[in-house]
Amino acid sequence: MLKLEKRQADSRLMSYVSPLIAIVLTLLAGALLFSVLGHDPLHALYTFFISPLTNAYGWTELGIKVAPLLLCAMGLTLCYRAKIWNIGAEGQFIMGALGGSMAALQFLDAESRWVLVPILISGSISGLLWGALAAWLKTRFNANEILTTIMLNYIALNALLYAVHGPLRDPAGFNFPESAMFADAALLPLFSDDYRLNISILFALFFTVVIWTVMARSWVGYQIQVLGEDAKAARYAGFNTNRLTWFALLVCGALAGLAGVAEVTGPIGQLIPHVSPGYGYAAIIVVFLGRMQPFGILLASMLLALTFMGGEMVQIEMSLPKSLTGLFQGMLLFFLLAADLLISYRIVFQPRTARA
Amino acid sequence: MDIDLITNILFATFKTGTPLILIALGEMVCEKSGVLNLGQEGMLLVGAVVGFIAASVTGNYFLATFCAIFAGMGMAFLFGYLSITLASNQVATGLALTIFGGGLSAFLGTNYIGIGLEGIQVWSVPLLSDIPVIGKVLFQHDPLVYLTLALFALVFWVFRSTRLGLKIRAVGENPEAANAIGINVQQIRFMAVLFGGAMTGLAGAYLSLVYTPMWSDGMSAGRGWIALSLVVFASWKAERILLGAYLFGFASILHLVLQGTRFEVPPNIMAMLPYAATIIVLVWLSSDAIKTKMSAPKSIGQPYRPLA
Repeated sequence: MLKLEKRQADSRLMSYVSPLIAIVLTLLAGALLFSVLGHDPLHALYTFFISPLTNAYGWTELGIKVAPLLLCAMGLTLCYRAKIWNIGAEGQFIMGALGGSMAALQFLDAESRWVLVPILISGSISGLLWGALAAWLKTRFNANEILTTIMLNYIALNALLYAVHGPLRDPAGFNFPESAMFADAALLPLFSDDYRLNISILFALFFTVVIWTVMARSWVGYQIQVLGEDAKAARYAGFNTNRLTWFALLVCGALAGLAGVAEVTGPIGQLIPHVSPGYGYAAIIVVFLGRMQPFGILLASMLLALTFMGGEMVQIEMSLPKSLTGLFQGMLLFFLLAADLLISYRIVFQPRTARA
Repeated sequence: MDIDLITNILFATFKTGTPLILIALGEMVCEKSGVLNLGQEGMLLVGAVVGFIAASVTGNYFLATFCAIFAGMGMAFLFGYLSITLASNQVATGLALTIFGGGLSAFLGTNYIGIGLEGIQVWSVPLLSDIPVIGKVLFQHDPLVYLTLALFALVFWVFRSTRLGLKIRAVGENPEAANAIGINVQQIRFMAVLFGGAMTGLAGAYLSLVYTPMWSDGMSAGRGWIALSLVVFASWKAERILLGAYLFGFASILHLVLQGTRFEVPPNIMAMLPYAATIIVLVWLSSDAIKTKMSAPKSIGQPYRPLA
């Protein structure tokens, strides 16, 4: 008989092995799924997970998707380390895209690259304000942040839909719910004209380092750590928990907002209804899979970025639904939670006879 | 405002409130047993898509409704196995269930987007449905609206006057004590979670077979989360869930109300209302934080593992 037995202390090793177990289990379940759908599982898994990265173009496309995931995930890490369950990165991302687009549409004739500065700032501040709303609701009214941030996501989505159907719609756009295309000067610079990869990946890497330094080396980072591990201890120590909550949510909002504005001034180039394929939600998986550690989060955001590309790939190559992306992401998180039990429990084998 | 408009508003309030009642009742039972399942949205979507597929394939709505219920229970089983049997963190597991359900339902429903179904037809109560106004508001609904009210009565009765209701509450208030007097905590909790899944699956069927007989990705539009807030709003009392759900239903169809006036508000702005209302409710509840804490099941969210 297999039995779960509580460990004396949590296993550090297992906390790093568990994501690998989750990935293997997801691949196995994926293989099973593909064979049920009547496809050669190995070929399908190859198409989903490997073929997107077989050329330089694929790697640059991966970079485009890693950037928003990394920005959202680093912000969320700050919140989750303080045990503030912010699910609102998606809404903050959308508000960033919306606020940035409002600015970008003021500069349709711009020729100087400097217009990017007010555009990016306006996007980040929009995201920050959306995060501020969640912080205010939590600190002032003690409203559950899971529920409020999810509601704010839906409100942000409707604000975006309102904007593209109304005030921000391109007057010359044949009534399509899209804004005008931004001026070339208002688009993020590319590394090379052959690829779509832009400098947003540098922002993402820069802020990954910044956030990590804040968490590992600063006083406020230490306070957040304590707050997350023992809220009572944090209060006894005299930490201002409300101020920490504000800090975490504002930073997360600003980073997710930056990711949003980088998306509309990057690969998209205008405001559209489907500005996010779910980066804000996928970033939650990134944080858990990456163990809230910078290097882990970098790897996890690459994996999640790959699931977005894999979905498109199997749609093009094998005419399988693109929504496999969400299914793989969901399985990954589920298997991770199951495997995480091995951190505090061990599986022991008990011969049946021993119980008699 | 003329009488027809008022009739329509009340009628729509009933319809919009129905799925919220189902989800919130299921979640209430779950929470009363001490389990916080944040996976409602995921179970709802899977129930909706499975019900819709079953109805498209077989044409049998009765069967399709059962398929949706079983799909909801299947999802709830996953949640229960992880969070009860293996004692994983309930918040994280619930969120995972929602994300997984969103992905799974989008995948299953790929080939069914944009197909319309006739939907479950109205089942008018003979004679009563002929009464003016009241007849249309109360007695010209589809069978699921009546079933929902019956299920409400069942849950109300179970907690008011049965041993089972007492057992569920005991398990949610103090699992150690419940265990000591011989109640199987894990079993009661698992049953409560499965019941929650069944109710949410049924609510999913209501969405995709009655409310808007079609399938689109994410069609639940946050109703699972709104229902979660409703449970808190109702301070874990079935009768208040009924009231709260109809209030929310009313908030969601305010555009109908505005039709009678000269105000013109863009539809996307109107669509924000139920979410904004939920936030307002959460804020309002916090002014009564102590009362909320008193009425919440004591061991909510805490896994329980009996000593072997």
